[in-house]
Amino acid sequence: MAAEKKHAAYICSGCGLGERLDIDALEGVAKKDGKMQVVRTHDFLCSQGGVAMIQNDIDNDGVTHVAIAACSRRAKTEAFNFPTTAISRGNLREGVIWVRPDTDEARETTQEMAEDYVRMACAEVKAMTQPAGNPNTGTVKTLLVVGGGMTGMTAALEASKAGYKVVLVEKTGALGGWAAKLYKRVPTREPFKAPQDNGVADLVSQIEADSNIKVYTNATIAKTSGAPGRFKVDIAVESGPTVTEDIGAILQATGFNLYDVNKLPQLGGGQANVVDQAGLEALARAANGGAIKRADGKEVKSVVFVQCAGQRDTSGEHLSYCSGYCCNTSIKQAMYFKDNNPDIDTVVLFTDLRTPGNGEDFYRSAQNKGVIFSKGVVSGVTASGGGCTVKFHDLILDDKNAQIDADLVVLATGAVPNSGVNIDNPVDAPAAAPAEGEAPAAPVVEEKPISILNLDYRQGPDVPQFKYGFTDSHFICFPYETRRTGIYTAGPVRRPMDIAQAQEDATGAAMKAIQAMENAGLGKAAHPRAGDLSFPSVRLEGCTQCKRCTVECPFGAIDEDEKRFPLFNESRCRRCGTCMGACPVRVISFENYSVNTVGAQIKAVNIPDEFSEKPRILILACENDAYPALDMAAMNRNEYSAWVRAIPVRCLGSVNTIWITDALNSGYDGVMLMGCKHGEDYQCHFVKGSELGRYRLSKVGDTLKGMNLETERVFDMEVAITDMDTLPKKINEYAEMIQGFGPSPFKGF
Amino acid sequence: MSNMNEQMAAKYKNNFLKEIEEQAEMGDWVKMCMQCGVCSGSCPTNFHAGWDHPPQEIFMMIRAGKREEVLTSNSMWQCTSCYNCYVRCPRKVPITHIMHGIAEYAYRLGLAPKMQPSLHLSQTFWNNATKHGRVNEVQLTQSLYFKDGIGAGIKKAMEMKDVALGLVKAKRLNIMEALGGGHKCKDVDGIHKMLAKAKELEAKRKAGKAAGA
Repeated sequence: MAAEKKHAAYICSGCGLGERLDIDALEGVAKKDGKMQVVRTHDFLCSQGGVAMIQNDIDNDGVTHVAIAACSRRAKTEAFNFPTTAISRGNLREGVIWVRPDTDEARETTQEMAEDYVRMACAEVKAMTQPAGNPNTGTVKTLLVVGGGMTGMTAALEASKAGYKVVLVEKTGALGGWAAKLYKRVPTREPFKAPQDNGVADLVSQIEADSNIKVYTNATIAKTSGAPGRFKVDIAVESGPTVTEDIGAILQATGFNLYDVNKLPQLGGGQANVVDQAGLEALARAANGGAIKRADGKEVKSVVFVQCAGQRDTSGEHLSYCSGYCCNTSIKQAMYFKDNNPDIDTVVLFTDLRTPGNGEDFYRSAQNKGVIFSKGVVSGVTASGGGCTVKFHDLILDDKNAQIDADLVVLATGAVPNSGVNIDNPVDAPAAAPAEGEAPAAPVVEEKPISILNLDYRQGPDVPQFKYGFTDSHFICFPYETRRTGIYTAGPVRRPMDIAQAQEDATGAAMKAIQAMENAGLGKAAHPRAGDLSFPSVRLEGCTQCKRCTVECPFGAIDEDEKRFPLFNESRCRRCGTCMGACPVRVISFENYSVNTVGAQIKAVNIPDEFSEKPRILILACENDAYPALDMAAMNRNEYSAWVRAIPVRCLGSVNTIWITDALNSGYDGVMLMGCKHGEDYQCHFVKGSELGRYRLSKVGDTLKGMNLETERVFDMEVAITDMDTLPKKINEYAEMIQGFGPSPFKGF
Repeated sequence: MSNMNEQMAAKYKNNFLKEIEEQAEMGDWVKMCMQCGVCSGSCPTNFHAGWDHPPQEIFMMIRAGKREEVLTSNSMWQCTSCYNCYVRCPRKVPITHIMHGIAEYAYRLGLAPKMQPSLHLSQTFWNNATKHGRVNEVQLTQSLYFKDGIGAGIKKAMEMKDVALGLVKAKRLNIMEALGGGHKCKDVDGIHKMLAKAKELEAKRKAGKAAGA
């Protein structure tokens, strides 16, 4: 196949390209500079006729590589879909005529821009091969669900309903998790007025009746190895043998623990008549609809609920976030009392009552039942008489010395995720970890997290965490994704949520996990390049074992083999190319995206001499946000400088510094790098890609100084997909600045 | 009347919210307030000097059991009955009606602030209107002007004399109404009987409530 290469270029003259550009000249460029064996034009290339022309050349003329000079690579993807053929796209429409004024004086520079894009498309396609797909596919289609609470049980049932086998592992002796400990749950149905059955028994019986679901209780994950479609998971069953299961994808639904009430002594944590929400559920279960009694057996006649106990804390001592479910839970618990006896004084002390879902109706129902809600900040809970005195600052009446006496105080302490070991902060790693060859660390003060998945990945045993120990995922754009391909998190381990949200989450994550298994079986990438058949290959003979690829891979896809060479697990790979950008000896590449495919485009651009006053600026734009923003700028006809030549990259993380030095050496006057926002509120589709890329590129300044160039010539900017109006302005400002510097001294060398 | 106050205080002990719910008209809505403050923000009086507490604070004080403070407050008497708060309340709490209900209850207990202008106007207007079945505007104006003494009344009358003369000229004001009873409605006795019956019915209903029926 590789022997017979035949390159063809197709130039479209539709959409106004014919009127604005000299198509004959472009044809000449494709033949002469692009060295294309076949060059054809068509006045409507994406029409049936145009596509048939290309297809005919592929079928009957042996064309293997196609450069299409027409619109953006983001447009007409369905028309220009030739699965067996390598394709590059020269962006003449969004990249040239839509961003340039239609004037006589602009005609020359516009034509030059178009000719360069034709050269680039030809150069790119010649450096490409059509990917064949990941050869190391795994075909296992069994889903492992870790955690048998509401989230885990829902996920298992949903996956089973979709026709997949499920292995459900639960640490305790019974399914149900927190929900099973609830006397009742917050209502999920109209009219949302009274607590309802917790629903656990129903789910458990459904699971027991489901032949697709295999349940392990009293079991933990001893080891997870492999990749999506071919995970090997060792399940350690208490007082039993360790079982190994073949698994396609993993769904982690390990839930949360309550924040330790003993850390709140000023709010009465530790006192006999002060309980947390779980404590009250236990009392309510014991009462089972009768009068709720305290631990000492006394019937509770007055109760105070303290919201945000140890939550939304600004001192840094306790949880700084809102756990999302506690307000509804306290409303529900207040109703336990009121439903039994309306004369019991129930007061909820809150600062902001947050009732997600249909909680507003529930809240109103509680008010109707006579639960009193007071806006106040509790300063202390002290034991007094036979109960407690709650001192608080009444925020409505601005009474700093308000107080209430109560038989029982319930603290809404909030949720701490069970996300395992924080692999980015080894201080939190288990001090007494039984990992081989590790000396026991300093004495443990607190309970240290133990690993949940025990991944045998080079980058650590659990999925990476984000803020406050919740697992990392982009909670708006791609909520269930973790930074470990084929492993999804759902429920309160991902972000604070209640049962209803967790069940929705479970369903979504189960679907994503099924997608991942299916894609892995076809050798395709998972999100965000879902369906991509390319995969990284490494020329090991050139590898220096520097380990930058293994360290930087945001998805932990690369392990090390016994000879300390990188070992790619293609099914774990998301095809972002961060390894390729990181590799100092440039031995990592994809069939259709490599140091060469971009490097060839950079070199293909015609650099005018220093007297022409035509600077050339290279734009390396992230294909997820920045390149679409450029396209949308074009659709809005926001014009920008004719000096720029834009090349889309898979991620800023895939930018190899050689591209920048090559560009500057060959006479480009400037380089603009456009990537997504990084940091706490990152927008990067590969989570860490833009951050890693930026860190790498921050070192380029030294290279520039070494070349006696202004460091501002390389400009790194954060671009969001919505920047279509501001982006052209920034490009123009930058182009003006570059013009102010004068031409690069490297021109002509 | 203060006797009734003591009775009620004893009856409800610490549960002032319950007292308001059962005794004040529309009082059972107080618990539904969610303290958003839209009522206070919507009030056209802007709580100029003289307002003790905005409505949502009154409701909170009721829940906090601040009985004396609420019942002797002048807040309920400041309401102009524009209904802006009622219209805007996201919880559809009939704030205007509750304010009047609490005001009326405080009046019944004898705790309403003495010589509070709104209270005085209400009483004066009521007495004036029910006496002959029609409002006698001149006498009503007189009693309002002279409520703070003769000197203040004359001063006020002099200030307003141009307006009064204009009204007389336009035949909108009959000075002669000041003398004697002024004009009456056709069946004064009928009106009085009707009012007496209404009062009887109301007293019966409220006595029933106070007794805990």
